[in-house]
Amino acid sequence: MHHVILGAGPAGVTAAETLRGLDPDARITLVSGEPEPPYSRMAIPYLLEGGIGESGTYLRQQPGHYDRLGIEVMHARAGGLDAASKRLFLNGDALPYDKLLISTGASPVTPPIEGANLPRVHTCWTLADARRIMELADRSAPVVLVGAGFIGSIVLEALYERGCDLTVVEIAPRMVARMMDDVAGGMLKRWCEAKGLRVLTNTRVERIAKSANGSGEELRVSLSDGGTIPAQLVVMAAGVRPNVGFLVGSGVVVEAGIRVDDHLRTTAPDVYAAGDCAQAVDLSTGMHDVLAIQPTAVEHGRIAALNMGGRRTRHRGSLNMNVLDTMGLISSSFGLWQGVQGGASAKIVDEGGWRYLRLEIDGDRLVGAQAVGLTEHVGMLRGLIQTGLRLGAWRDKLLSAPERAAEAYVALAQGMTGHGWTGPRTKTPV
Amino acid sequence: MLKALVIDPGKCTGCKQCEMACSYENEGVFNPAKSRIRVFDFHHEARFVPYTCTQCAEAWCQQACPVNAITTDAMGVKVVHENLCVGCKVCTIACPFGTINYNASTGKVIKCDLCQGNPACADACPTAAITYQDVEQTGYDKMKLWAARTGTGESAGPNAPAARH
Repeated sequence: MHHVILGAGPAGVTAAETLRGLDPDARITLVSGEPEPPYSRMAIPYLLEGGIGESGTYLRQQPGHYDRLGIEVMHARAGGLDAASKRLFLNGDALPYDKLLISTGASPVTPPIEGANLPRVHTCWTLADARRIMELADRSAPVVLVGAGFIGSIVLEALYERGCDLTVVEIAPRMVARMMDDVAGGMLKRWCEAKGLRVLTNTRVERIAKSANGSGEELRVSLSDGGTIPAQLVVMAAGVRPNVGFLVGSGVVVEAGIRVDDHLRTTAPDVYAAGDCAQAVDLSTGMHDVLAIQPTAVEHGRIAALNMGGRRTRHRGSLNMNVLDTMGLISSSFGLWQGVQGGASAKIVDEGGWRYLRLEIDGDRLVGAQAVGLTEHVGMLRGLIQTGLRLGAWRDKLLSAPERAAEAYVALAQGMTGHGWTGPRTKTPV
Repeated sequence: MLKALVIDPGKCTGCKQCEMACSYENEGVFNPAKSRIRVFDFHHEARFVPYTCTQCAEAWCQQACPVNAITTDAMGVKVVHENLCVGCKVCTIACPFGTINYNASTGKVIKCDLCQGNPACADACPTAAITYQDVEQTGYDKMKLWAARTGTGESAGPNAPAARH
């Protein structure tokens, strides 16, 4: 049995390890599209901040980890797939497989802006990008960051920590528009401004041009509000899309991402998909959607591998969730944070204290949550949503006092049992 | 033999000495806010519930960590390696028990690691609400406790299917 895993992010690495656990004799090939050992994109901001070196971004820290598990790591790019003859084309060579996992992740989108391909305009996605940004983002260098979504906001923190003179340009009316509501987004923006950043929401970058005077090492960024700002570096964080280009003509159906069933099988036989490239079930909606977050990638990788290895395992859905640290102001969101029609909502807002909590309840279940400035036991919000635990009498208590969510969780899920091994048996979400 | 914290909320008086002992042992300060064990106070019912990490067999925090900073030691305990933790906090939202938390003063996450086999909370507890015991020796008690305290069984656990679909 030869398992080929295309893509060495968290989904691919988790899948390779899971497959090895199931079958000590299978041949497992893990194909990475980049030259470095498998690493975590999520750790790149901490590399930019200087908190870690490149090896600190590696997904696995033990030297010889893949050799020890008998996982063959290759560095190559996929050019095509012939699912009928079970061959994957890597840099022109055909690699036959018995089972294939596509975990190719996503790549940043370059918005259609004039000058977006100039030198000194970079995305912040790979270790190679990080190296270039570290060269250009000197202390007090004027830097323009395009995009203040979730990824943009993580990059924002890193550029701020590097001491850049930072302007953030966001086309949407608020920061993190797809993660949190206008109260939270507004709080984040004011926090950034209080830290000395310029945050321009509702603003488009019209054009990036080389500066007319000077050595050509400076850019000028023209904005929809008529303003022009200088930049030594422009960082693009305008969204990502799945890496599925090589699947044209392969028979694998691609919609928003690769279409998979509830066992993470694609439309082609013995081909599975996981992570940022897969359009799998969202636990909150029951609908197929791309959830490009780390915990989902790991869940997908594990479940796809169990199915590839012959352990039929249903993926019942992943929960959308994000956590963000914006220069010390920590925010998180879970599930249907926007709420549902006919649902009930509870909020506490403390603008001066930089705290916000919003819960969304459907019937007597928590279905979504957002928090700003609250970190203690924050995972319990996931616990309540993931279990679909009936709130019972706690529903009304939470509607009048959402800050009692942790108490509600302990009372409902845990309070009646002991802990340690007396607590509920726990497994990964299989 | 594996050992675990056994918590009997019925014996807890809410004195919170476990929180003090934990924060002192692990952070060098008497500060319940930095404790890895927390006593929940249901004062209307006069009930106290000490609450900390259950050292899940396949831990959500560990799986979610993007840089391999949470590993399992020989005793099955999930340990955070501060030198590897980048402070991304994904584990804090991934753990559905809310028992791994961000410590702003270090920029890293903290969780119960059973004090390397000598948990300070159990030592400090004056009523034996928190004890540190061999897992197998008390297997029967475990089942009795479970049966007495929940009528809903394992389906009430965090891995229970959400009923709404």
